Amino acid sequence: MKNINNKTLSDNPFYDPSLSKRHSKARRFKIFTITCIVFALSFLVFFLGDMIVKGLPAFQQSYMQIDVSYNDKTIASTRKAIDKKYRRIVSRAWLRNIPNQVEESPELMNTTQSTWVLVNHQVDQYMKGHYFKIKSKELKIIEDMHAQGKLQLQFNRIFFTQGDSKIPENSGLKSAIIGSILTLLVTMVVAFPMGVMTAVYLEEFADDNRWTQFIEVNINNLAAIPSILFGLLGLAVFINLFGLPRSSPLVGGLTLALMTLPIIIVSSRAALRSVPDSIRQAGYGLGLTKVQVVQDHVLPLAFPGIMTGSIIGLAHAMGETAPLIIIGMIAFIPDSPGSIFEAATVMPAQIFTWAGMPERAYIERTAAGIMVLLSVLISLNALAIILRKKFEVKW
Amino acid sequence: MTTNPNDISSNTIDDSSAQKIPETKITVRDLNLYYGDNHALHNIDMDIYKNKITALIGPSGCGKSTFLRCLNRMNDLINSVRVDGEVFIDNKNIYDKDVDEVSVRKRVGMVFQQPNPFPKSIYDNVSYAPLKHGFVKKGNSCNELVEKSLIQAGLWEEVKDKLSQPGTSLSGGQQQRLCIARTIAVQPDIILMDEPTSALDPISTEKIEALMLELKEKYAIITVTHNMQQAGRVADYTAFFHMGDLIEYADTETIFINPGKKKTEDYITGRYG
Repeated sequence: MKNINNKTLSDNPFYDPSLSKRHSKARRFKIFTITCIVFALSFLVFFLGDMIVKGLPAFQQSYMQIDVSYNDKTIASTRKAIDKKYRRIVSRAWLRNIPNQVEESPELMNTTQSTWVLVNHQVDQYMKGHYFKIKSKELKIIEDMHAQGKLQLQFNRIFFTQGDSKIPENSGLKSAIIGSILTLLVTMVVAFPMGVMTAVYLEEFADDNRWTQFIEVNINNLAAIPSILFGLLGLAVFINLFGLPRSSPLVGGLTLALMTLPIIIVSSRAALRSVPDSIRQAGYGLGLTKVQVVQDHVLPLAFPGIMTGSIIGLAHAMGETAPLIIIGMIAFIPDSPGSIFEAATVMPAQIFTWAGMPERAYIERTAAGIMVLLSVLISLNALAIILRKKFEVKW
Repeated sequence: MTTNPNDISSNTIDDSSAQKIPETKITVRDLNLYYGDNHALHNIDMDIYKNKITALIGPSGCGKSTFLRCLNRMNDLINSVRVDGEVFIDNKNIYDKDVDEVSVRKRVGMVFQQPNPFPKSIYDNVSYAPLKHGFVKKGNSCNELVEKSLIQAGLWEEVKDKLSQPGTSLSGGQQQRLCIARTIAVQPDIILMDEPTSALDPISTEKIEALMLELKEKYAIITVTHNMQQAGRVADYTAFFHMGDLIEYADTETIFINPGKKKTEDYITGRYG
């Protein structure tokens, strides 16, 4: 048998004794690369899983069905609107809101309603099976109500309709979301045209001389500067020098615009460079001016690439916190800002604030805030990909 | 098959008209061009005639394309290029200070090696430049110009039903004719062609060559070509470039049958190139 085997092996003109070693080396390399991917993926899965497990409960909040009496006396002293035994269970924030409820619907006056009432965060934590600090007397009431189905978890509207609050059950992301939108609007309005115009100048109009090389080096350096320095710059220039209102989306947006500019410039230049020169030649050959060629032929072709880069730059700005801390957008902002001149906070800053709070109820809000921020960022990136795929011109 | 009779007839007509001394359209005097320190064209003197096809031949890197681009100041787009000398078109030096390069390119159209239609509709490809130059307004006059240009470029029958489709959806040869139509629509006097058929198949090449012979009735055509047979088929005059020098310039028959210089003869007979 062995003889025959040897014979066939030596007869095989493709037989190479070193090959099996080389193949096993390739296999080892492949296994190594796959291990790296598995590690990276497991980190991601762990992070996302942890966020979702911690954050999901925040989208539900405990409510209790009890009688609430609306009259002059209870409006003056809202604690009296509910039975004494519930006073340590119901949320202070909800009681505080009773006069507003009456104002909104005056027919409630002088009636007693059986209503779903927001309970405080300790009861809510009990309902969600977390650690809680409740006296045994209240605990018994809670268990009774729960057994009767009069205490249950409902969708947490407050999380999306309220601003920040020192009362955990009454705190929400709304003012941070609006702050983020206003800030990003300012960033976009400032950084997008400036960045695209700079890229067009550098790519289409500028000669290649020392001056443009100097600008180029500086733009690339700008992209590498730690973001907190942009915050110091914003503080020094926009707040101290120009006297713009502190903590406002205007200052925040301008600061983030400075930070986003290099990203937009670099990606726009790459997009412009990818437009084939034959298009420009064709335009010039027809006796068109430079502006006509750039505006009507080069820019439309580069636009998907420019949009993609700008959206990714904006997403980057949206997740940025450090420079905003410096210019005061980390402040406690219960009310949504009405304009870009009012004090505001942004989503990542709100998450940062909540992460530092002692009450356990803020832990789930922190995680839920991260979930909202991440889904917005992922949607923005998805939009960038869709835009690129949709408008990409095939050559 | 149609090219053969065309060849013969066009050549015989040209021979008779060549005796009459054709009208000069472009006069190049003492033209030197530098890419930075690289002296790319040396003292070129040349007269190019109206209603004739002039072919520029020569080995790669000899400066024929560079010379072509001097005729509509396309070289101005490259920063390192410096041009000395004079190029008269209709007795005006286009390198004079008071001449705008954009208006030069309007009078001297150009067709490139790779068909490069704009990624717009066929209609827009043709109408874009005339609209920008203000030759026509949107509407009937523009439609007429587009139709006329496409008919002249021999493309109308093939595309009249799909004018709104993108120009890039056409075949290579059709794209090149679309580029010619686009150039004609600007109503130039002179058309420069930089190896217009080198990216095309033989049948498309034949169509473009036939088109060139038609177009010379209205325009002066200068074409760069690597294809010796093409120069022989279509050109009335042929200029041979070598290493940035204009070695020989005469009517095509002389260049191919009885070249005056050894280098020309070597190149024509395929000893190098």
